[in-house]
Amino acid sequence: MPSTTAERVIAVIAKTQHIPAETVTLESTFEELKIDSLDGINVVFAVEEEFNIEIPDDSAKLIRTVQDVVEGVDKLLALKTTPA
Amino acid sequence: MTRRVAITGIGTISALGLNRDIFWNALATGTTGISPLTTHDLKFKNAAQAITFDPFQTLDPKEASYLDRFAQMGLVAAVEAIKDANITFTPELREQTAIVTGSSLGGKYAEDEGYYQLYSQKHSRFNPMSIPKAMMNSLTSRISLQYGITGPAWTVSTACSSSNHAIGQAFEQVRNGQVELAIAGGADAPFTPGVLRAWEALRVVSPTTCRPFTKDRDGLILGEGAAILVLEPLESARARGAKIYCELAGFGMSSDAHHITQPSATGAARAMRLALGNAGLDPTNIGYINAHGTGTLANDSTESAAIQAVFGTYAQHLAISSTKSMHGHALGAAGALEAAATSLALHHKLLPPTINFTGPGDGCDLDYIPNVARPDQVDAALSNSFAFGGLNAVLVFRSLSF
Repeated sequence: MPSTTAERVIAVIAKTQHIPAETVTLESTFEELKIDSLDGINVVFAVEEEFNIEIPDDSAKLIRTVQDVVEGVDKLLALKTTPA
Repeated sequence: MTRRVAITGIGTISALGLNRDIFWNALATGTTGISPLTTHDLKFKNAAQAITFDPFQTLDPKEASYLDRFAQMGLVAAVEAIKDANITFTPELREQTAIVTGSSLGGKYAEDEGYYQLYSQKHSRFNPMSIPKAMMNSLTSRISLQYGITGPAWTVSTACSSSNHAIGQAFEQVRNGQVELAIAGGADAPFTPGVLRAWEALRVVSPTTCRPFTKDRDGLILGEGAAILVLEPLESARARGAKIYCELAGFGMSSDAHHITQPSATGAARAMRLALGNAGLDPTNIGYINAHGTGTLANDSTESAAIQAVFGTYAQHLAISSTKSMHGHALGAAGALEAAATSLALHHKLLPPTINFTGPGDGCDLDYIPNVARPDQVDAALSNSFAFGGLNAVLVFRSLSF
């Protein structure tokens, strides 16, 4: 079972794109993984479902790498646990 | 320009099986594809389900996951048909190929799941693939993407006549010289909880099984599936040495302007007459009719009356069957599955039966090929589709030896 944010994000991307998890690294760009704009929206949806978070449209548009997703998720999870 | 049109490729997915050969073998042996529904508590218990269909076995997994069930079935059928026709797509041919598909429902699985999440689970986040999967044109578009086909391409939705209208329009494109090839047919997959309930409410689904034209018929049996045909000019098919199942020779359509669900013999008869005229054939050239034959009380006697109105005393010499008794009523795929059945019947010189035939119903006094297929070489055949909403579409098929 994937436990860290990075492992869970990679598992979600592998599942939605139907590619082996080994081919997805933190440094992978969406372009390298052949994730086009529609695929990207699908990945963002699956990540939202996995972590029960809302990724704003503006942030979703800026995603270029797997690392971007992981950092964004961690930021949103931190906001969830420390209410303003 | 008017050209003769050949059918050179057939692909099918249905309750009878997952390819053309299994489909034909079941029709030829009078085998049913109807089986118990396992997941829903409904007034009806049986349906013609393609239970073993698994899109991930043959399609690219990501592409398959982006398609709803009807389009998955349609794409697999299209791949089979295009392979069967042995088409090599050149850049020119890609521009000169039409794609016309029919669907009554479109992608209902994506919609059903989304609305369940929204209304029942109060889950506000929708799957972003819902719209692309629900689109009725998703099958046409996916075939276009898969083969790089850039010619005229569209989708028709006329309930249970959808794929006859689609095949008829594709036929006209080829016959009139607008394209050199057409991929045509239809697909539907109605077994979502919401769609099943909606059909249950209409009280037209049989609580038992599909017995078209019989005295104890009690309704239609819903089916799922897809069928795709490859159409091309007869001359070019012959020139390239293609296997030719038969000719598609005519198309007629009409609207009843009668009732939103009740059929009309007048409208159905007009569509048959127009189709015959369009094919340049006399009623006496027809040897077989693949009937709409849903198994409902209203359709089968009305259709029989319409056939008698068109064919007069010659109607007694016609062989008629409803293959829906085997593959169920696959709605927007019905016409395409029946076009496949009719083409294969002419090709194999064997007329598929109406199974579950227990004796003729009132107003059903024609020859319905009861229960057992009949070897017969007929010159030409009709395939009828009459939709809810009164929209009728009839195709004419002609044997190559005629």
